[in-house]
Amino acid sequence: MKAIVCVKQVPDTQGKVAVKADGTMDRSAMATITNPDDLNAVEAALQLKDETGCEVVVVTMGPPPAEGMLRELMARGADRGVLVSGREFGGSDTFATSQILAAAVNKIGVGPEDIVFCGRQAIDGDTAQVGPQIAEKLHLPQVTYVTDIQKDGNSLTVKRQLEDGYMELKVQTPCLLTCIKELNTPRYMSVSGIFECYDKPLEVFDYNALKDDPLIETDTIGLKGSPTNVYKSFAPPVKGAGIKVEDAAQLVGILNDKHLI
Amino acid sequence: MAEFNAMDTAAFKGVWVFCEQREGDIQSISYQLLSEGRKLANDLGVELAGVVMGSGLAEADLKTLGGYGADRVYNIDSPLLKDYTTDGYAKALCDLIMDKKPEIMLIGATNLGRDLGPRCAARLHTGLTADCTHLDVDVEKYKNFLRTTSNIDVDNTKFEENTNLKMTRPAFGGHLMATIICPRFRPQMSTVRPGVMQMQAFDQAGADKVVIENVAPALTADDIHVQVLDIKKSAEKLVDLIGADVVVSVGRGISADPEKGIKLAEELAEALGGVVGASRAVTDEGWLSADHQVGQTGKTVHPRIYVALGISGAIQHVAGMQDSENIIAINKNENAPIFDVATYGIVGDLYKVVPELIKEIKAAKA
Repeated sequence: MKAIVCVKQVPDTQGKVAVKADGTMDRSAMATITNPDDLNAVEAALQLKDETGCEVVVVTMGPPPAEGMLRELMARGADRGVLVSGREFGGSDTFATSQILAAAVNKIGVGPEDIVFCGRQAIDGDTAQVGPQIAEKLHLPQVTYVTDIQKDGNSLTVKRQLEDGYMELKVQTPCLLTCIKELNTPRYMSVSGIFECYDKPLEVFDYNALKDDPLIETDTIGLKGSPTNVYKSFAPPVKGAGIKVEDAAQLVGILNDKHLI
Repeated sequence: MAEFNAMDTAAFKGVWVFCEQREGDIQSISYQLLSEGRKLANDLGVELAGVVMGSGLAEADLKTLGGYGADRVYNIDSPLLKDYTTDGYAKALCDLIMDKKPEIMLIGATNLGRDLGPRCAARLHTGLTADCTHLDVDVEKYKNFLRTTSNIDVDNTKFEENTNLKMTRPAFGGHLMATIICPRFRPQMSTVRPGVMQMQAFDQAGADKVVIENVAPALTADDIHVQVLDIKKSAEKLVDLIGADVVVSVGRGISADPEKGIKLAEELAEALGGVVGASRAVTDEGWLSADHQVGQTGKTVHPRIYVALGISGAIQHVAGMQDSENIIAINKNENAPIFDVATYGIVGDLYKVVPELIKEIKAAKA
């Protein structure tokens, strides 16, 4: 039994954002973190490992430095890592990305008892699309916005968050779940984990490793294969700044004059 | 599926809106999207259709969709569609799309729409753009949009003259805006958050003439792999940000003492007759529940008064509140971008300014 977790290294958009002259984000100038929802997905897999002794595989698509993130996740307790990396994959939108990740997960192999975990969404794109798209390509049932998981053999009872409550759902393995922060509190790396993480196996899947998968064709991946393209990108204009007022009394005076209070 | 989308994009016609129902009630996001879809359909000179999935929905409710702009309603009816399941809804919707071939498909970016949209886009082999804040098919209208909302020198920029859907959304964590196109595949799919598009006034004539077409889906219980055991409403009452007249939001600036910061915001909101909102930082930290979040990934609000307490003003937040009638910003940092969108700004410590403000408002009202 395996738990396969798809993770993404993202720029820390809470920190300082560097913008290049052409208006795109300068990722190289920004600190990177593991996407927050993905840490909840990893934790869910590690809890499953605590319970059942299953293997936890972490998978990411990204440039070679993303290996550092995989090592860190192995220090938290994941057993092995897969780095999906190649020039051919660059510029992929969510459709193309899910195509590549689905092929990678397929190569790792999804057995009848296995669960694929994803974070709900990444903070750099905020689309929440890659998880469900991977599930569709792999013909797996999906549950998104998961806040609770109870496992009984191959049957899972999960809670799925709604805006005004939740749904309780039953699903059989193999399946794909997307996780949100309400699900759990991610654990830290352990000292022994840090010592061991560099001895754990890490494989790199490049284009050649995945090209024989039926999902991967050059016209379905990368910038060229992506159904969506950026037409224009722009920074919003700076609106004329408003009036700076000195204190609360002056502000309330203005609001009162304008009959706003 | 690839064959479905290998055909000429010109074979696809019409604008569709997925009209979400929960427990038999059509959700207001459906009316917002139909109102927006009506404009796109007019610009293209095509039909606007609403797609509803459910079991035994009331005919009056279906006709209401016509009142918000739908020419036609596809009512996909089956006991298997009573409650939302990814498998049931995705199959019923994709089958109808493959049969009728719409060129545009709009879906509300609710927790259910964000589950359904990507599953369908992957099956149909087409693109999907999440959380759009502006949609255009007409190039001139798009240019006018850019003139007022971007730093692009529109008159010295080349634009391809076509009616592809131009889907604008905040990008890169909300620090930039991007317009996305899906030129090679159909339908062009887009999700839009509740509250982003304005609902048009209900038109009885539209409701009277809408064509309702009942569709029996080719769906069996075996198609659905996730079983709904229960649907529970949360006991806690959710905050109604979208309908609020006044919103007082707190941001990372309350981190010194979140409890006190939220209490001050609640008192100020009470004095102004409003409700409390929050930036993403605050809901991410768990200081307030997610239903309070204003911004690209939260709710879009346009109240009469919006107060931003200790909110720096990242684009992702501003996207959700910039159309408020009056924006009041209180922030310690005089260079905070929130002051660029604020009608009135006070540079100062919110823990000091807000109590004074509450006192002054109470005095003014007395």
